[in-house]
Amino acid sequence: MKRFDKRNTINENESVISITGLYKSFDNLQVLNGIDLNLYKCENIAVLGKSGSGKSVLLKIIVGLLKADKGEVYVLGKHITELSTMELNALRLRIGFSFQSSALYDGMNVFQNLAFPLTMNVKNLSKIVVRDTVEEVLSAVDLSDKINQMPSDLSGGQRKRIGIARALITKPEIILYDEPTAGLDPITSIGIIDLINEVQQRYKTSSLIITHDLTCAKNTGDRIAMIDEGKFLKLGKFEEVFDSDNEHIKGFFNYNFIQ
Amino acid sequence: MKKRKKRPFLFSKRIDESLNDIYNAYKFTTRFFKEVFKKPFYLNEIINQCYEIGLKSLGLISITGFIIGVVFVKQSRPSLQSFGAVSWLPSLMGIATVRALGPLVTGLISAGKIGSGIGAELGSMKVTEQIDAMEVSAINPFKYLVVTRVVAATISIFALAMFCNFVGLLGSYVNVNAHEGISVISYLQNAFSSIGLIDIVTNATKSITYGFTIGIVGCYKGFNASQGTRGVGSAANKAVVISIFLIFIEEFIIVQLVNWIRYL
Repeated sequence: MKRFDKRNTINENESVISITGLYKSFDNLQVLNGIDLNLYKCENIAVLGKSGSGKSVLLKIIVGLLKADKGEVYVLGKHITELSTMELNALRLRIGFSFQSSALYDGMNVFQNLAFPLTMNVKNLSKIVVRDTVEEVLSAVDLSDKINQMPSDLSGGQRKRIGIARALITKPEIILYDEPTAGLDPITSIGIIDLINEVQQRYKTSSLIITHDLTCAKNTGDRIAMIDEGKFLKLGKFEEVFDSDNEHIKGFFNYNFIQ
Repeated sequence: MKKRKKRPFLFSKRIDESLNDIYNAYKFTTRFFKEVFKKPFYLNEIINQCYEIGLKSLGLISITGFIIGVVFVKQSRPSLQSFGAVSWLPSLMGIATVRALGPLVTGLISAGKIGSGIGAELGSMKVTEQIDAMEVSAINPFKYLVVTRVVAATISIFALAMFCNFVGLLGSYVNVNAHEGISVISYLQNAFSSIGLIDIVTNATKSITYGFTIGIVGCYKGFNASQGTRGVGSAANKAVVISIFLIFIEEFIIVQLVNWIRYL
């Protein structure tokens, strides 16, 4: 496992993600409209906002799936747009990404899904090391017994957990969660929220959690960023955001959703 | 999200989209040729795809090729009989199968079975973010999914076309043998007497071209699928329609070129 562990390459209190003046549009639609953000080591930030407010686009820019129109994005000290393909791929191995839809490979079973990023990126990795690594992350998400199952045989919550396990497989320093509780019942959602917190404590990761679920944001985020129309309206502790006088924030927060 | 001022179209929305699609397809094909000679080569995945694409289509190609051989002889016999030229049936079948039927029938059947399969598979991977998942795992999805499938489709469809030639000739022999009682050696001697090296090279060129076309069109449409499950269906459908259209255009161009070479 140690060969994937690059965690000691950055200092404490150093921002692992630093975003300044980020803009992004699609055809005629302005999606991100001047985002500034600093995510520090071992910190969780929950980005809260309604559907279509540009949350997922922000994640895709951070991981290099989309290019920003304007602005600077530094991830683990690297300017994301100035990296070559090889450098970007090396950086991506230090970032875990948990997709909204889990995005598990249909044609592969759970073991193959988890082993795939390892075997494709690390040459001459012994089968024993791959097996051990897969078993370790599966145990972290409490699904060791599902190792030989196909994704189609798993429930929504189990798929999310396997998606998180896949994000953990290369021992990343940052994990990006895209709507981790979307489409799940409240009890399963709480399980995923606990898992996000466990992962952060166990692997000392920094996380950006994109969500529209207040319970998830409150229980996972050290800080909350409220996004609307591509801009952060407020960034701070949950209580600070919650007590904001901003009309949009007031409109979004509803006591009934908070458990 | 704020809406910005709409850009005017160069011609019309539909024409602009079509031109843009052609340009993107050109870039996609260029990228394939840039990536195909670069490491890693993912040989295991190519072999796996050859099995999925090629071996699993063998039954369909065998039945179709055999029936076409039988039917072609049945349809041709009355016309040849009226000229007293039934003995030309083996030659006719040899020319028809090697010059046109073998690669064309394989190409059309493969466009339906293989092209739609690739389009739907990659399309569903695209809309369920599996391709993005591959990319964020530092795996080049173009190299792993597209290059392997196009190479496998080219190799497999070439092999299937060769097999279709054989089965088509076998089917026609069965019918000729039943009616004219000709031996297999005599049949093959007659069938191959009118076939030259240029016909065999043309046959191979056609099947390789069709295989590449089916692979690249299926991958292009699947890789660029959007709009959820509707987009997957559309990708599969367009992969078939465009592949068949291109196969006929390629058939026309290759035949023209070969005829030009033949009569030089």
